[in-house]
Amino acid sequence: MSATSSPMQATPSGWQRFCRDRAAVVALIFLAIVATVCFLSPWIAPYPYMAQDLALGPVGPCASHWLGTDLLGRDVLSRLLQGGMVSISVGLIATGVALFVGVLYGIIAGELGGAVERLMMRGVDILSTLPLTLIVILCMVVFGQNIWMVFIAVGGVSWLTMARIICTETTSLKSRQFVEASIALGQSKRGILVRHYLPNLAGIIAIYATLTVPGVMMLEAFVSFLGLGLKAPMTSWGMMIKEGADIMEECPWLLISPSVVFALTLLSLNFLGDGLRDAFDPRASRR
Amino acid sequence: MSLRYVIKRLAEMLPVLLIVVAATFFLAHAVPGGPFDRDRPLPAEVQEKLNAYYGLDQPLYVQLGNYVKNLLHGDLGPSLKYPGWTVNEVIEKRIPVSMALGLVSLVLAVVIGIPVGVLAASRPNSCLDRVPMGFSLLGICIPSFVLGPLLTLFFALYLGWFPPCGWGLPIHYVLPAVTLGLITAAPLARLTRGKVIEAGTQDYVRTARAKGLPLWRVWFLHALRNGLLPVVTYLGPAAANLVSGSFVVESLFDVPGLGRMFVTAIINRDFMLILGTTLVYAIALLVLNLGADLVKAFLDPRIARGQQA
Repeated sequence: MSATSSPMQATPSGWQRFCRDRAAVVALIFLAIVATVCFLSPWIAPYPYMAQDLALGPVGPCASHWLGTDLLGRDVLSRLLQGGMVSISVGLIATGVALFVGVLYGIIAGELGGAVERLMMRGVDILSTLPLTLIVILCMVVFGQNIWMVFIAVGGVSWLTMARIICTETTSLKSRQFVEASIALGQSKRGILVRHYLPNLAGIIAIYATLTVPGVMMLEAFVSFLGLGLKAPMTSWGMMIKEGADIMEECPWLLISPSVVFALTLLSLNFLGDGLRDAFDPRASRR
Repeated sequence: MSLRYVIKRLAEMLPVLLIVVAATFFLAHAVPGGPFDRDRPLPAEVQEKLNAYYGLDQPLYVQLGNYVKNLLHGDLGPSLKYPGWTVNEVIEKRIPVSMALGLVSLVLAVVIGIPVGVLAASRPNSCLDRVPMGFSLLGICIPSFVLGPLLTLFFALYLGWFPPCGWGLPIHYVLPAVTLGLITAAPLARLTRGKVIEAGTQDYVRTARAKGLPLWRVWFLHALRNGLLPVVTYLGPAAANLVSGSFVVESLFDVPGLGRMFVTAIINRDFMLILGTTLVYAIALLVLNLGADLVKAFLDPRIARGQQA
């Protein structure tokens, strides 16, 4: 943070600043590797993730099963990759949902301004006092435990911060001269939205999207941990941690590997988000 | 800061609570399956009688109306799954457990988080800063359901210092309280550090140092006081979370608190209990947020004046 407190000194581009942030770059590389490996898992996983080997049962890490096997003799590494695919997809798609709702809401509120804006933002304030975790849990139970519901429920409660930030940004954009000039030239609302608002908001949207992903993944894991997320034999990191926690006395490896991978992924996402924010939005550390 | 402000804030809570009740009510009733589903289905007549007895056969809006009416008398209705128990009784029995655990965790979080943050801020970018902040980042990224089992694995199963689960003795508090406390302390320490560093650049802190006050007084009394505002904002909802029970930690350590009750109530489709628990949580959240705002106004009188103007 101290590095960005004086953005006026030199003016390296955002990417140059980002590349100087070693933690963020390492995090980006780590995330890229994890995501690639997880999404290639149907082809490169050593075993099919649901293949049981009841005769084998649970064994610790060994040469043929690098991370051991679970109670049903399923290979933990393969399940970890499959679970990662699910957890990362949830993170990305639910963030997409949150982004869509939040950006739309924020732009509308900011553009209309005045009483409408105040009303809409008051609505956001009220929503953020609701016990959202409970609502996600209820939604999962009501609409069934399938992966689409996880996307929608988790995304549906995660858009509030985004809406707030976008609203503030839109309000300040609206009074900028190039936007006023476009209006004077008779540019349509849609044109202004596409040509001016979205490009100027893109950076901030990207930054806060990165910061939303870990929260969303945590929420999914939390719901899965309570046994209300996906259904077996589908798996996610949250579910694997739950399974591991249930029998950690006998088989600690079932708990340790998903916990470590999950924590490292969240850590990297946070580093990446902070790095992006510091590099591209120096004002934000004061937000 | 006037009584009027407090009353206004309290009045604003009512619509929010109504929204919570209505939303939860419809969601809870949309859940497939009912509270009287058993492995062996009950005879249809019995089921009808039970539904009629609890008023579940009436249209939803009538049920909601009745519920709100009873609520105004402070009656949360009967539990559908525990015959003979009212929701009030269930909650009264469970909430002291959650509150005790929550308070211990909160105290732990404040006692660890704030001093660590101030210490780190007093020597930015030294070991005293880097090491605790590394741990703090780790604490932010490790969810309670990872930290809890890992602590149990290490301290209960390998070292055998604490019982892995159970409830009743003070020693049972240690692991769940440490889990919750550390998870809450981690963001707290970061927040405190950031704000105290900001305050530390101000003239009055330099003056305090220049006139030779002991360093701990400069940092903890002068700088911290002005850095405390956002910390209090963070503590409001965090405290609500802790006091009304963390679902995960209570499930993990077999704590008979309100958080676990909520999960059980959902699984049992006990509508009344779901509503009651959600309401308690929402009230705790709103009241503690108000509390946080009042503390802020006390710390910084400018806030109160701004709100009255």
